[in-house]
Amino acid sequence: MTDNSAQPQHCTEATLVDGHALVFPTLRVLQADGSLYEQAQLPQIDKASALKIYHSCVFTRVLDERMLAAQRQGRISFYMTCTGEEAAVLGAAAALDDADMIMAQYREHAALHYRGFTLEQFMNQMFSNINDLGKGRQMPIHYGSKALHYMTISSPLGTQIPQAAGYAYGQKMRGEDNVTICFFGEGAASEGDFHAGLNMAAVHQAPVIFFCRNNGYAISTPAEEQYAGDGIAPRGVGYGIKTIRVDGNDMLAVLAATQLARQVALEQQCPVLIEAMSYRLGAHSSSDDPSGYRSKEEEQKWREHDPVLRYKLWLQAQGWWSESDDEALYQQYKQEVLAAVKVAEVLPMPELSTLVTDVYDEVPKHLSEQLEQVKTQVQQYPEYYRATAGKEHL
Amino acid sequence: MAKMNLLQAINEALDIAMGNDDTVVVFGEDVGHFGGVFRATAKLQDKFGKDRCFNTPLTEQGIIGFANGMAAQGMRPVAEIQFADYIFPAFDQIVNETAKFRYRSGNEFDVGGLTIRTPYGGGIAGGHYHSQSPEAYFTQTPGLKVVVPRNPEQAKGLLLASIRDNNPVIFFEPKRLYRASVGEVPEGDYEIPLSAAEVVKTGSDITLLGWGAQMELIEAAAKRAENDGISCEIIDLRTLMPWDVDTVAQSVINTGRLLISHEAPLSGGFAGEIAATIQEQCFLYLEAPIARVCGLDTPYPLSLEKEHMANEHKIFEAIKTCVNF
Repeated sequence: MTDNSAQPQHCTEATLVDGHALVFPTLRVLQADGSLYEQAQLPQIDKASALKIYHSCVFTRVLDERMLAAQRQGRISFYMTCTGEEAAVLGAAAALDDADMIMAQYREHAALHYRGFTLEQFMNQMFSNINDLGKGRQMPIHYGSKALHYMTISSPLGTQIPQAAGYAYGQKMRGEDNVTICFFGEGAASEGDFHAGLNMAAVHQAPVIFFCRNNGYAISTPAEEQYAGDGIAPRGVGYGIKTIRVDGNDMLAVLAATQLARQVALEQQCPVLIEAMSYRLGAHSSSDDPSGYRSKEEEQKWREHDPVLRYKLWLQAQGWWSESDDEALYQQYKQEVLAAVKVAEVLPMPELSTLVTDVYDEVPKHLSEQLEQVKTQVQQYPEYYRATAGKEHL
Repeated sequence: MAKMNLLQAINEALDIAMGNDDTVVVFGEDVGHFGGVFRATAKLQDKFGKDRCFNTPLTEQGIIGFANGMAAQGMRPVAEIQFADYIFPAFDQIVNETAKFRYRSGNEFDVGGLTIRTPYGGGIAGGHYHSQSPEAYFTQTPGLKVVVPRNPEQAKGLLLASIRDNNPVIFFEPKRLYRASVGEVPEGDYEIPLSAAEVVKTGSDITLLGWGAQMELIEAAAKRAENDGISCEIIDLRTLMPWDVDTVAQSVINTGRLLISHEAPLSGGFAGEIAATIQEQCFLYLEAPIARVCGLDTPYPLSLEKEHMANEHKIFEAIKTCVNF
């Protein structure tokens, strides 16, 4: 229960509290050279999990680079990168239990890889082929996996925020030993769903971690045109939610913050807000061109805060990783990704019948009839419907 | 006349509207310095300043609520919703507020200066969150005007008329045609009247009716039908609400047949409303049931887009069926 027992304070002089009055400190653990800040506490981490995190860092870098190139070559229609935000995503993912639900926005595929989504599964989704779990219905990067507790991405911004509150409330009612984490950007925190979701979670005490990746830009709009005041974190406090701000480019700080958030959310069955301060090094999406709204110098400055490099230096300082290990891992992933592209892009499209399945639990009569009409069309114009012609019987 | 694409025509309309009227203010997600994700508002901030062309936070309900407030005190806001698929967070502000402002206040207040611009439609491998045609939801809301242009010349004239109309207008822009549709556009200021359909081509056997991006598919199908000896009359409805019943009815009285084609799903689509009205007005003249060629009653798919769409081939086959009834 929220503690409402404190006596209200009064004053007799009209005084305004400034919107900028609440200034949040930023948790940081790891310095740019890979050493820890003085007095910084190391989160719970062992060699195996530390290397698992790093593997997902490298995988994500390689996947992003290769698939952006594939988009430029016209092999896939669209792509979005995680570049620059790997620590914000993986530091959080590594603090979770495998059965904690992840509700992502769209830029968090590193977490999905960490959970065990295979390279083939990534590719099948991006090429919307017959093996895509989502049956080829969504644009590339809209992944989802029930087995891995990763809710399928929906394009509209912020819609998952109130859903995460509800999902977590359900976990609480069922007495589950799990929480839900909900990722979103600082831009999505402007949507009405953000305010509705945080308020619902706070009032009904849902064990949900709201994780804001404050990456500086919402497409072309810089953070200062997105909100006034000291970022997203004070809003958590405003809604009565325990809140922490963390250096989003610091893998160990994100891990520490999320471990704490999970522990509190689970033990106290309440929401927690994390604001991770980071920077979107890449474009918003493959349809965007950041040279139209920000400078190369600004991007360069942030490259010096590269979260993957900083974390690698820490691994090396532990004696757990070497440059030759690094080179080998990059090479391995590059080869695997290229090979997987070649396999996925030649697989056939989903069957024609998938046009009308899953709209309802069972295909209603009017959709069966519409499918029959499409089949007739395909038979009449096989040249036009090349992807499905000859498969109308399916 | 100058050759330009649909985006350039829209940009020019906005430029003229802002230049002629200080109360015209343009805003939305990324529309400021960047000029919008499609660049429809490019250079307007440079020319008219940050007060009159600006980025908003990512909040569609905020954008339209804000626009309602501005319009209520006499400004002419032109608010952009980045994709028509994302108009739904603003649904309450549009349907319950924008549309009813004048009616509920006994004309004490109105938001007639408001224009909402939004790119709609598919055929761009956008999947179901970047392809929807949600016009029918708004045609069922009294108090709104709904306008859809088919090419650059139409877009410029209709947008200028929409901005200056004293009623709230939702202006759906066919994004598939943004760069694909290039044509001659008259220079300077001109308006194309709202609520007037255009007979694009006259014919005697069947009336083909559509709007927006669907028009070029209808025209392509008609060309094939003409080769088979079928004479098609083609009408662009242009304004869906309030719509030009008379022009459509007169045409159907002449041809005896009507085919309506839209991208949005069949059921509950605006074609149903048109069909009901026309059979009421033209019952004794009809020689075949009114045909509808529309999107399937499913979410817009990514990988089977061709199969889903109300395309040229489907329209062509439906013309033949209608004429041979």
